[in-house]
Amino acid sequence: MSEQQVKKPKRPMSKSLIMVRQQLADLYTEAGEAKARGEKIGWAASIFPQEICETLGLVVLYPENHSAGIAARHQADPFLQRAEGELEYNNDICSYAKINLSYIDTRNLEANNMPLPDFMLIANNICNQVTKWYENIGKRYNVPVYMLDMSFNHENFVTDSRLKYIRAQMEDIIASLEKLTGKKFDQDRFREVMEISAENKDLWIKANELQANSPAPLNGFELFNYMSAMVCCRGKRSTTEILKQLISEIEEHIEKGDSTYPGEQKYRVFWEGIACWPHFSHNFKVMKKLGMNIVATAYVRAWALDYIPGDLDSLIKAYTFTPSNNTPIETLVERRSRDLIKFKCDGMIYHLNRSCKVMAMQQAEIQRRLTEITGVPYVSFDGDQSDFRNYSEAQFETRMEAFTEIMDQHKAVREGK
Amino acid sequence: MITLGIDIGSTTSKAVLLEDGEKILAKKIVPLGTGTTGAQTVFENVLEMAGITPEQIDYALSTGYGRYSFELAKRQISEVSCHAKGIRFLVPTARTIVDIGGQDAKALSLAPNGALMNFVMNDKCAAGTGRFLDVMARVLDVKVEDMGDISELSTKEITINNTCTVFAESEVISRLSSNEKIADIIAGIHASVAKRVSGQALRVGVVDDVVMSGGVARNKGIVRAMEKEIGHKITVPEDCQLAGALGAALFAWDELLKEKNAG
Repeated sequence: MSEQQVKKPKRPMSKSLIMVRQQLADLYTEAGEAKARGEKIGWAASIFPQEICETLGLVVLYPENHSAGIAARHQADPFLQRAEGELEYNNDICSYAKINLSYIDTRNLEANNMPLPDFMLIANNICNQVTKWYENIGKRYNVPVYMLDMSFNHENFVTDSRLKYIRAQMEDIIASLEKLTGKKFDQDRFREVMEISAENKDLWIKANELQANSPAPLNGFELFNYMSAMVCCRGKRSTTEILKQLISEIEEHIEKGDSTYPGEQKYRVFWEGIACWPHFSHNFKVMKKLGMNIVATAYVRAWALDYIPGDLDSLIKAYTFTPSNNTPIETLVERRSRDLIKFKCDGMIYHLNRSCKVMAMQQAEIQRRLTEITGVPYVSFDGDQSDFRNYSEAQFETRMEAFTEIMDQHKAVREGK
Repeated sequence: MITLGIDIGSTTSKAVLLEDGEKILAKKIVPLGTGTTGAQTVFENVLEMAGITPEQIDYALSTGYGRYSFELAKRQISEVSCHAKGIRFLVPTARTIVDIGGQDAKALSLAPNGALMNFVMNDKCAAGTGRFLDVMARVLDVKVEDMGDISELSTKEITINNTCTVFAESEVISRLSSNEKIADIIAGIHASVAKRVSGQALRVGVVDDVVMSGGVARNKGIVRAMEKEIGHKITVPEDCQLAGALGAALFAWDELLKEKNAG
């Protein structure tokens, strides 16, 4: 056999990764079965307080995560085409929305299909566009849309009036869901769900923070693969099991001093923004060639909602202080500058994600302020969370190469060379 | 010791032969980019000009969009670093570089010692790049290399608002049909490019001396418009289009020295 013909053996999938994939598949199966039994199932925005649904025992699915999956499996093309063609949506809107608004009419993927929703749940703490997206579905399929309008915080805390405003909306949604589904909201169960969620949050943060080790125990891209557990199932015991397994695997790597990252980790980088799902493997291939590993992200940690179990007000505060759509820039910059130091980052990669207007808008100013404060070099590339057309391989490659050269210069300056 | 720097861009191929990291033996630009015979042609041209054979080259290093397609190169370095290196050689006081190539535009910020500290590149859109000017030159039926001279005859300020190449093309056509002077339209196009690219320069921070490189820097109209936008004087070295290839040849020299020290 020639050298080209010898295929490198693939690293076997870790137990935690098998578990997280199964958990997501189970969620879709469960939704299909619930629907068949005549139960009402919901579709929710990604940072909607899942504690409400979990307490009521409702099966809820997450279109954003679903669209990301379609894009990562390179199945987005027909959905994007149809959304922009037949359905007449503008090319500029969020590609998660485009894929989902198109997918909803067919729902015939090979696996992980979402049954039609009986109700829609919006929280605009993730973005504003999700409101119109879900309203469109509500109108087209004649299902109720429940919305939590989460205020923007100009301060680094949530004011009492905002808290009151959001609490009233939450109470109203709980009552509406009880009425619609015939299920009862039990306070003890609510507390239990909050406890499970809080434990999952701690585990998730821990898994992320272990990347501060040198070498980082994981290929940083892998943490994106566990997001479905935190986005879709963060109030479930199954997530606790997955994260405990993941942490034990990570700790094993730390103990052995090895990593799932293949090769030397010459550069430790912070990844800003959502993954570029359609080109995930190209991103990784280029970065691997150059010896860059992701050790920190802001986005992955967005689902680590920090509150005191049993304290509704603290839960509301956590949900109205999420990273993208309701946090002042000072806080965004402060969190990142802390992480750049903590994770010993050599540089920061900004994914200028054409779909996400909120993040794209924040990035330039975050870049400017962070560079001023930390002096950590950065690079930015054009991409998209799920529209494969908004990306250029050559552009990504050139920028990453130039970036390693710049990180080298900065290192040389730091070391006084 | 002879080093070769070859810059295989999207629209042109450039090569520089350098002796002992100091003396330029030969330099050449061929208007054919990656995927064509451009790289081979420019390579043969410089060999012939210097009167040497490929075996006499001690180290070859490639850069540019097509940098991985040149087999003789022992190493590839991105055009960002090569431009910085090449420009510093030509203008040792350079601290800010604005480079406009065939399909990208970038602003580079250098430390006082010449180390490349930061860069900002254009986004996915080709507005503000050489390709944008090519399209406009075609619509106006002028040669792209004449645009700078023609714009000097402008007497009136015309604004081209669209940054999108396709939309700007129709905007230029509509200006033509309303009988605006070609010189004025070209000046408007230059201002439009300058506005777009200067945003990048301002983001990395403009520090004197400011130098422009890349093929577009040969257009005096663009340089003037850029000076107006950023409020700094801009130096354009004679070999502005060769900065990338020159930088590659200089990096090749560094590699040779490293090999020598290691050996």
